[in-house]
Amino acid sequence: MATPSTRTRFVDATSGRVVSETRASELDVITSGQGILLRGITKRFGSQEAVSDVDLEVYRGEFFTMLGPSGSGKTTLLRLIAGFEVPDKGTISLRGVDVTGLPPYQRGVNTVFQDYALFPHFDVARNVAYGLRVRHVKRAEIDERVQAALEMVQMTEFAARRPAQLSGGQRQRVALARAIINEPQVLLLDEPLGALDLKLRQEMQVELKRIQRQIGITFIYVTHDQEEALTMSDRLAVFRSGRIEQIGPPTEVYERPATEFVASFVGTSNVIEAPYGRAVLRPEKIEITNGPLAEGRDGATGQVIDVAYLGMVTRYRVRLDNGNTMTAARQNSSGGSQLALTPESRVTLSWDLNDAFPLMSHSDAETQLGEPAKGAI
Amino acid sequence: MSTRVTTRERLGAALWRRPWLRGALILSPPLMWFLVVYLASLVALLVTAFFSVNSLTGNVVYQWTWSNFSQIFTQSVYETIILRTVIMAVLVTITDALIALPFAFFIAKIASRRSRQAFLALVFLPLWASYLARVYAWINILSNHGVLPSLESHLGLPVTNVAYTNVAMWIVFSYLWLPFMIVPIYGAFERVPDSFLEASADLGAGAWFTFRQILMPMILPGIVAGSIFTFSLTLGDFITPLLIGGSSSNFIGNAIYDSAINGGDLPFAAALAFVSIAIMALYLLLARLAGAFEAI
Repeated sequence: MATPSTRTRFVDATSGRVVSETRASELDVITSGQGILLRGITKRFGSQEAVSDVDLEVYRGEFFTMLGPSGSGKTTLLRLIAGFEVPDKGTISLRGVDVTGLPPYQRGVNTVFQDYALFPHFDVARNVAYGLRVRHVKRAEIDERVQAALEMVQMTEFAARRPAQLSGGQRQRVALARAIINEPQVLLLDEPLGALDLKLRQEMQVELKRIQRQIGITFIYVTHDQEEALTMSDRLAVFRSGRIEQIGPPTEVYERPATEFVASFVGTSNVIEAPYGRAVLRPEKIEITNGPLAEGRDGATGQVIDVAYLGMVTRYRVRLDNGNTMTAARQNSSGGSQLALTPESRVTLSWDLNDAFPLMSHSDAETQLGEPAKGAI
Repeated sequence: MSTRVTTRERLGAALWRRPWLRGALILSPPLMWFLVVYLASLVALLVTAFFSVNSLTGNVVYQWTWSNFSQIFTQSVYETIILRTVIMAVLVTITDALIALPFAFFIAKIASRRSRQAFLALVFLPLWASYLARVYAWINILSNHGVLPSLESHLGLPVTNVAYTNVAMWIVFSYLWLPFMIVPIYGAFERVPDSFLEASADLGAGAWFTFRQILMPMILPGIVAGSIFTFSLTLGDFITPLLIGGSSSNFIGNAIYDSAINGGDLPFAAALAFVSIAIMALYLLLARLAGAFEAI
C-alpha cells in the first residue's frame, strides 16, 4: 500500500491466538471479511523462501492481478490460495472463513491451469461436466449447465470434440468453462494466456474481462506480462522475491511506482535525482531534441546509442555526458516532423519535474534495493 | 569450395534426394537378420508342427498331418497343462498389476526426483542377477526347512508349507516378472501431467474418482504393455515349474521340453509351441479389442 502504516498484531477471533501481524491500515477491510484475505503467508521449498510474510486483501468481484518476474512467488501464492500447497505460516480466509486447512474443493475456488489440464480422453462437454459429475448433479441439470457454460465461452459447436482437436485459444475457453461451471466465489488463473500468440492473447484478454463482468466473481490472475496486467486489472500487485512491492490500480502503479523495481518492471522508466530525492520519469514524458535545452526546463545532453522503431513510438536510448543511460520515447506522427536521429547523434533531453514521481523511501516499501540506479543522473 | 565434385559428394547428394533409399540402407541389415534368422525359423517351426515321427525309426515323416493337434486337443493331460499354464499366466499378470499400480504411482508422482532414481534402480536390481539364482533363492525361502517356515515357527505363527506347489509357483512368477510390469506403468504415470491430478482435485474429485476417471484410462496402455510381458513370460516358462512346482505342475513349456528332448518328437513339440503362440496372439487381439492400443 502506498500509505505508510504501522504493523499491528492480529488475533484470531475464535482461538484468541495471535495469528499474524498485520498493517493497521488494512484492519478495517479485514473486518468486512468479504473477499480473500491473506495474513502473514510464508511458504518455503527446502531452504528457498518462495513467499515471505505476505499480507494481501482481494476485494469481492474484482479483477486482481499478481504481476512479477518468474520466481517472484506469484504462482506459489496462487497455488496456496487454490489449496495445492499449504503455507508454512499465516492464514488464508475467504469471505471471512478460514480455509487454510481445507482441500481445494472445499474452498469455493477453481483454477484455470497454465497448460489448461484438459482431460485428453474426454470430449469438450464431458470435460466441462466433470465438476458436476463429481458432485452427482442430475443428468438433465448437468446438460443444461454445460450448455450454458459453453455458450458463455462461445464453444457450443465444439461440444463433441476432443481437446486434441482444438486450437490453443479454444482449449483456453474450455478450461475456463470447466472452472466456472462450479460457480466458484473466486476464479484463479495461472498465466492462462501464456501459450497463445499475441493477436489471440489480446482477443482473450477482452473475452476474460467480459466473462468476469458477466458472472461477477473475483478473478485472481497471475502473469509476468506487465501490459496484460495493466490492461485487464482493477488492481494489481507487483511481486519481487516472494514479497509484494506495490498494490494498487494500474494507473497508480504505472504513474506512481513505489519502488525502483516496480518502475523498471512495469513499463520502461528512468530514475532521476529531483530536489526532493529520487524520482521516476517515464520515457514518454521526456522530450528529445537536437537543439539546446529550453529555458526553465530540466534536462541533460548526451549521445544516442540505440534507436528502436516500435510502430506508434520510436524509443531512443541515450548515453548522457555523465555516463548514465536514459530512455526516451517519441510519438511517430504522420507529418514530416520526424527527427533524423541515428546512433552517435548529439541530443538534448528535457523534462518537466512535475511529470516525475518521487520514489518511496526504502523503509516504506519494505524492500532492499541492492541494484544501482539505472537511469540516475 | 572446390568446383570438382567427388564421388563421395555425388553419392551423398543422391542419397539426400532419395529419402527412401536412406531408409532402405539403414533397415536392410536388421531386416535381413529378422527375415532369415527369426521369421524363417518360426515358419520352419510351424511347418514342422504338421509333420509326424515314425515311431519305429524315430525319423521325421515329411507328410502333412493334423495328428499332433488332434492328439493335443483330445488327450485330457494336455488340456490340463494348457489350462494350468494360462490360468497361472493370468493370475501372475493380475497379481503383478495390483502390486505395480501403487508402487509405480508412488515412484512417478510422490517420490522426490532423487529417490525416484533409487527406487527405479531397486526395481531393476533383481534383473542383474541370474534367473536361476533368483529361483533357487526362493527354494531356500519356501522349502520345508527354509527361511519362511523357520521364521514362522520362531514367531509362533502357523507354519506355511507351500514349497513345491502351484502357490509357490505363483509367488515366484509374480516376483520374477514384477519389474516388467512396474516399468511400463511407471512410464504411463510419468506421462500424466501433475496438473491433471490437481485439476481433478480442484473440481472436487476424490482419489478413487480421479483414479477411475482420469488415471486409469490414461495408464491402460502401460498396464497392457506390462501384462504382455508378464503373461508371455509366464506362458513360455518351464524352469520355474520344474524347480519350484510339485509333481503335477507341468507347463506347456515342460511338455515341449519332454517331447522334444526326452521323446525325440520334434513335430509334436512344434505343435505345442504353435498352441502357445496362438494363445499369445489371442491375448494381443483381446487387448486390442479392449482399446488398449488406442493412442490418447
